[in-house]
Amino acid sequence: MKNDSAGDNAPVVMGIETSCDETGVGIVRGHELLADAVASSVDEHARFGGVVPEVASRAHLEAMVPTVQRALDDAGLTLGDLDGIAVTAGPGLAGALMVGVGAAKAYSIATGVPLYGVNHLSAHIAVDTLENGPIPEPAIGLLVSGGHSSIMMVEDLAGKVTQLGASIDDAAGEAFDKVARLLGLPFPGGPYIDRAAKEGDRAFVQFPRGLTAAKDMERHRYDFSFSGLKTAVARWIEARRAEGEDVPVNDVAAAFQEAVCDVLTRKAILAAKEHGVETVLLGGGVAANSRLRALATERAEAAGLTLRYPRPKLCTDNGAMVAALGSHLVAAGVAPSRIDFPANSSMDVEVVSLANRL
Amino acid sequence: MRVLALDTSTSAVQAALVDLDDDELFLTAFRREVNARGHVERLAPFIEGCLADAGRTRADVDAVVSGVGPGPFTGLRVGMVTAAAFADGAGIPVYGVCSLDGIGGNTRGRALAATDARRKEIYWAVYDDGRREGEPQVCRPSELPETRADYAIGEGASKYAGELPMDAETEPVYPDLVKLVELAAPRLLAGAPSERLTPLYLRRPDAQPAAAPPAASA
Ligand SMILES: [Zn+2]
Repeated sequence: MKNDSAGDNAPVVMGIETSCDETGVGIVRGHELLADAVASSVDEHARFGGVVPEVASRAHLEAMVPTVQRALDDAGLTLGDLDGIAVTAGPGLAGALMVGVGAAKAYSIATGVPLYGVNHLSAHIAVDTLENGPIPEPAIGLLVSGGHSSIMMVEDLAGKVTQLGASIDDAAGEAFDKVARLLGLPFPGGPYIDRAAKEGDRAFVQFPRGLTAAKDMERHRYDFSFSGLKTAVARWIEARRAEGEDVPVNDVAAAFQEAVCDVLTRKAILAAKEHGVETVLLGGGVAANSRLRALATERAEAAGLTLRYPRPKLCTDNGAMVAALGSHLVAAGVAPSRIDFPANSSMDVEVVSLANRL
Repeated sequence: MRVLALDTSTSAVQAALVDLDDDELFLTAFRREVNARGHVERLAPFIEGCLADAGRTRADVDAVVSGVGPGPFTGLRVGMVTAAAFADGAGIPVYGVCSLDGIGGNTRGRALAATDARRKEIYWAVYDDGRREGEPQVCRPSELPETRADYAIGEGASKYAGELPMDAETEPVYPDLVKLVELAAPRLLAGAPSERLTPLYLRRPDAQPAAAPPAASA
């Protein structure tokens, strides 16, 4: 059986992503990935220990048109072959978003191809279709990256996505970056912590699990907090140094990573069970973490749930995820966005795409 | 040939269609809104509006000319990425022109063209009978070197009239899109290769390196 978003007649959509430090341009045909061109400015940020917005924006402008051309070349297509252009309208860094939105609008009016301003978080969910096909609805999405940590309920990827919970302070990826810095590991911290943790003892120290105490589970059932964890790690390292002892980097990395992954997976699985949902999706840069994948797999299996996640390259920010969501919207008959939509750095996480009306 | 001209180097979001035949220039459509935060919302509709006003379609545009600043970065980039992407999408060339030349290029005598660089500074250049002397610069109005300019013009001149050492026009003047096309005319008429637009930032990005962490043992 063929459906609208699969097969040769599925919508061909180009997606543009510039919400942070990756200039991403992807092209998909339904669930088929045709191109995934990414230019990253991550190396330029490394010495600052975090993404510098102005540096990212400058890099986006430089990379924008060449990255579009590379994606079209890789896909063997021209702009005239597209059924839609989708772009991340938010949330993200304002100046960075504006480069992608400006470019997408210009490509749309220069070619007549309809334009869709979409939500970055919904795109992190949609990208899974490129790996695992249509998403069974409803599904629970656990989105974790340097900018967000949310549990989303996906009833309809074309329009009804609600947030069940989110971090009330730092994003999970931010905690990885900060702890990496404490341990003298490079930026971005995620991959380095993951690597160090493989050689460490997860049970070396029991770091705190934020918002899991009984009273927190009433008010913040599906919410996260990682700033206390980061502080606990800092204090532990400080105390260790004060005693004149070495800091066992691998063990601290493993114990910290375990605390993050434990809370994330525990709450996501709980949300699925309590909402009668059978599918859990992982998305966002932290979804590339090997321990998060392993623990989520283990717990989903134990709970009788289906766990899905895309390959690591599709978890981090890229244009393919935006294209995947765009193609889904076109197939679902969602109207394109008005040409005057803004780039919205604090875009409501529950708005999947910007409407074609005032 | 029909040229789409854009400039977002100041608080004015501007788009125009300019006909260029030999050395004749004719403004056929123009949209402008002074809205320092409205670049990404307003510019694309302005392009569509210009095409509609002129009774043209996107296929009628032969080239794009864009101001490349100097100007506040976020708005400037919107105009430049729009110019570059429109040109790429339409398969036509794009050319960059210093945005200050769209102000100073129209002056006579010795003039200082100045735009608002925010943070109490101006982007400026000196023009002698409309020809720029040297590269654009950025500084506080009170810290201008000796320019021997008789008057100052532009959004930066009107805003800081009281602090400038010369007379300043009180009405803000924005880069003239017809002038930008005129300055690009030799390239347009010669069919010069399309350009990779580079903004005249004149400032390094604000970025304080994070303090180095104490090295931990492995
Ligand atoms: Zn992301």
